[in-house]
Amino acid sequence: MAHTHNASDRQASIKSIWRTFWILLIVTMVEVGLAFLHLYTGFPGKLLLNSVFIGLTVVKAFYIVAEFMHLGHEIKNLIWTILMPLLLFIWFIIAFLADGDSWKHMRRNSPSAPLPAEKVAPAHGGGNHH
Amino acid sequence: MDNAVTANKKWWSGGSSPFNVSYGKLMMWYFLISDAFTFGALLIAYGTQRFMAEAWPDPNVVFHSFPFMGHADLPLVFVSLMTFILIMSSVTMVLAVNAGKYMDKQSVVKWLSWTIVGGIMFLGCQAWEWMHLHEVGAWWGQNPFPNADGTAPISTNFTDFFFTITGFHGLHVTSGVILNIIVLVNVLKGTYERRGHYEMVEKVGLYWHFVDLVWVFVFTCFYLL
Repeated sequence: MAHTHNASDRQASIKSIWRTFWILLIVTMVEVGLAFLHLYTGFPGKLLLNSVFIGLTVVKAFYIVAEFMHLGHEIKNLIWTILMPLLLFIWFIIAFLADGDSWKHMRRNSPSAPLPAEKVAPAHGGGNHH
Repeated sequence: MDNAVTANKKWWSGGSSPFNVSYGKLMMWYFLISDAFTFGALLIAYGTQRFMAEAWPDPNVVFHSFPFMGHADLPLVFVSLMTFILIMSSVTMVLAVNAGKYMDKQSVVKWLSWTIVGGIMFLGCQAWEWMHLHEVGAWWGQNPFPNADGTAPISTNFTDFFFTITGFHGLHVTSGVILNIIVLVNVLKGTYERRGHYEMVEKVGLYWHFVDLVWVFVFTCFYLL
């Protein structure tokens, strides 16, 4: 932010922008490559594959926020103000996905429970059509 | 903003922004946090439904078409192209912001224009994908796709969430393109040149990168997982 208008600084910052671009592109290509590998060979297994996808998504998110949005170069006060609220997502994800899973098992294990309407209706025009 | 950042500066004793950014940029960040929660809520709701479902369609079967390629089976290829376009437009945006820092009006105009082109291309791709899916019978309330395990579709959750979330994202891209056009007009008129800084480009840049960031998650949640 300090106004240092010199050409070599500018060159360096442009270089780091393109470096981030290559990282994002290569990570995306690795993701698509792994998806194809799984499609044709069944390797890696679905659980491992999905964990890798989520890990690589976080890597991409980090580079977009830290470099493109420049957050990595701001002061700590700002970084923490923005990141702390987002920590709530960790709990949201665990809580809601666990809830969904438990609902599925509850439904499976209690045959007396009423089936949700969507289960009986054919998928065409389910719910939204009058 | 012009305060030099030193290690033992007392940020909270007043007289300057404790975040070392302008009011406008801080507010853009706060807006983006709230928007992140909106998208997060939608994606987590989608995840919850998916964890609840006994079976779910296979994205590699659903998303396998490419314009002008007829019935060729090309899973993931088109959406990879869309992802590439959006990443590329993020790069041109950050190059515009960078040029603005050096008061280089010509470069700002060039890179901002490319960003707008990228945004419009992305929207065109999305329009094509929606039209294609609609043609094969997918829409809100209509799910023609069999599940990955071969069973018949049991609910419309998959298409409902797909169209809602990609639609909400597309709406963000649309408003981003409009904001970029407004800022480009101001750049051409010399508004920021006279103001002495191109911070407005930085602010719409933050928004634009956020839209790219959301796409990274949408891409993973709908097309990869």
